[in-house]
Amino acid sequence: MTGEPISYNTGYLDEQTKRMLRRALLKAVAIPGFQVPFASREVPMPRGWGTGGVQVTAALIGEDDVLKVIDQGADDTTNAVSIRKFFVAVAGVATTTRTDEASIIQTRHRVPETPLSEDQIMVYQVPGPEPLRFLERRETETRRMHALEDYGLMYVKLYEDIATHGHIATTYDYPVMVNGRYLMSPSPIPSFDNPKLHRSPALHLFGAGREKRIYAVPPYTDVESLGFEDYPFEPQRFEDPCAICGSVGVYMDEIITDDAGSSMLVCSDTDHCERTAAAKTEQVPA
Amino acid sequence: MTPLLAVNGVDKTFTMHLQGGQQLPVLRGLTFEVGRGECVVLTGASGVGKSSILKMVYGNYGVDAGTIVLDRAAGPLDLAGAGPRQILAARRDTMGYVSQFLRAVPRVPALQIVAEPLVARGVSRADAEERAAGLLGRLNIPERLWALPPATFSGGEQQRVNIARGFIAELPLLLLDEPTASLDVRNGEVVVELIREQLAAGVGMLGIFHDLDVRDAVANRAIDVEAFEAGPARMAG
Amino acid sequence: MNTDDRVLMQARGVGHNYGDRFGCCDVSFELWPGEVLAVVGESGSGKTTLLGALSQRLALSEGTIRYRLADGEEVELSQLSESRVRNLWRSEWGFVHQNPEDGLRMHVSAGGNIGEPLMATGWRHYGTIRATASEWLERVEIPVSRIDDAPVTFSGGMRQRLQIARNLVVSPRLVFMDEPTSGLDVSVQARLLDLIRYLVAELGLAVVIVTHDLGVARLISHRTIVMKEGRVIESGLTDRVLDDPQAEYTQLLVSSILGG
Repeated sequence: MTGEPISYNTGYLDEQTKRMLRRALLKAVAIPGFQVPFASREVPMPRGWGTGGVQVTAALIGEDDVLKVIDQGADDTTNAVSIRKFFVAVAGVATTTRTDEASIIQTRHRVPETPLSEDQIMVYQVPGPEPLRFLERRETETRRMHALEDYGLMYVKLYEDIATHGHIATTYDYPVMVNGRYLMSPSPIPSFDNPKLHRSPALHLFGAGREKRIYAVPPYTDVESLGFEDYPFEPQRFEDPCAICGSVGVYMDEIITDDAGSSMLVCSDTDHCERTAAAKTEQVPA
Repeated sequence: MTPLLAVNGVDKTFTMHLQGGQQLPVLRGLTFEVGRGECVVLTGASGVGKSSILKMVYGNYGVDAGTIVLDRAAGPLDLAGAGPRQILAARRDTMGYVSQFLRAVPRVPALQIVAEPLVARGVSRADAEERAAGLLGRLNIPERLWALPPATFSGGEQQRVNIARGFIAELPLLLLDEPTASLDVRNGEVVVELIREQLAAGVGMLGIFHDLDVRDAVANRAIDVEAFEAGPARMAG
Repeated sequence: MNTDDRVLMQARGVGHNYGDRFGCCDVSFELWPGEVLAVVGESGSGKTTLLGALSQRLALSEGTIRYRLADGEEVELSQLSESRVRNLWRSEWGFVHQNPEDGLRMHVSAGGNIGEPLMATGWRHYGTIRATASEWLERVEIPVSRIDDAPVTFSGGMRQRLQIARNLVVSPRLVFMDEPTSGLDVSVQARLLDLIRYLVAELGLAVVIVTHDLGVARLISHRTIVMKEGRVIESGLTDRVLDDPQAEYTQLLVSSILGG
């Protein structure tokens, strides 16, 4: 099939839509942790595949930006690759796998190991923005709970975890209190990454396309993971070093290496892993 | 000396709406007094209204006219016109009532039932139950029954629990409706003893006794209720 | 009985309309701390509507309800903001529903159900929350071993007792009860009423209880209001209303008690 290539507006979305999104983003930044409803648009991927994140990125991206896209910490999974290619096609931006070179980082399920700076924006893909949803089905009720700061129910969930498992079992999408006021779902990042949000110099934006909500954590905002006095929040620990680059204290993936079930632990953040391994190679005397 | 209880010009008529509004006048102009330390008995034929008088004093029945003034420690109270809270307060601090039948809350042990009036007045549960045990013992209720709800007791046993509950708080006025009705001679004598002890301590009593021996043993004065009988029954209007 | 002399709640001419029909109208009464007030009537009497209007679940169509808060401030309930009403529910009021499923989280453990009101008021120590929940399970005679079981596995009577524990754990001053014993087996009803009587006396609660069962009213209330077709027919000391009923309808109700 030949013909004129389709010319897209920068970022795929029309300018009016981008303005609508930016207004929602400004509101979100003004009220840290508060879920702002927005008119979620159709983008060329089904709901559940990151349409919220894509719309937020599309509203912000410009020709000077450098985009990194990760999925479970890796730049090379199918979804990360698709989204990166999409923005190359519709925005003509430069892309990178290096965290420290990116101006916008769109992510599903991880925050990079490399510390972020004030010039960077994290965009999170969010399936379910409402942290209370699974305990309270009614939207009318959860809105009231946020409005009246009525968050006892969230502690019930943590209580149930401790009663059932002996500890808070939630290991990802661990609820946080933002700026001492709003209860927020940090998206399904591992609880290991929660501390990275606390007083981060970067801007963190969250987009839920199917649920039509946008929320934000502005730079240097308090983000506190919930817990009890006698069962405080404890992020996961990884004691073993990465099998490839030797890093410790980073989030690991377990990779099955053969049919007998052998496995090895490697960094989930592929960029971090590559660079650490490369730095080690340089140090090894020739 | 202010009487403990002064009943003055009391009228009582029952209106039976379910029987076409038929009125049943019972009493007219009832007037008498009860002093401290004395036992006044109500006499008269069955159905004349003796039980109704006790119930009107206790606040269980309403009054159509007249006054029933109780001399409480907190000051005199006309029970005929008193509101529910005042009547409940009077029952707590001044008036005890031993009815003919034990209408006990199900599933509550006998010891607790008897201790209740003391607990309601602020006595510790432990002390109250100790005194309750003492009374139940005097009334010959075997200890093995104390932890059981009285619903399964014999009529006489239930009545003795009733009596213990009525006597335990030693309230200034005690209303007694046939207290020895289902009791044998021995237990009847225990009740007479109890009555005499409390009279000697200054308690005033208003009672109905069909057992003439018991009545003669405790009564200071008798009021013939037939003198205050109202006119014959008639239709309303 | 709590002998605090200041009135807790004063209803004057309370009414709620459903469109043109009135659910209840012109209801007035006073309630003191530690008192149990029964509102009795048959279906359609307006008793449940009255309960709804008092507890702010239904809007007041007419009349006023003055309430004295724990800190002594007197407020007109219908004029309170939603946030303040919610606060009342968290710290001063309880509501025991006829159907325990309406008053419990059926899939949250018993301990979690009792703990939730505590956590909602800021309790943040798991051990203490759990210990308090255990105490309350004992008080309502639910085996403490069931603390981690969800009420979806409980019998009706047990669910209702759990609902009571959940309501009373924050030591409310006023509890509304909507036919708390209906639908339960007779012996279970007796046990539940016992429990309510005992806790009311021990905690000095004020209670407004709606029931169609005069036996329930006699057993646990100090005063009774009889309603028919939305209006108050008779009211007063419970034993007097039941033993010396003046109004025709009250006499009818009393004479209709099965077994006398």
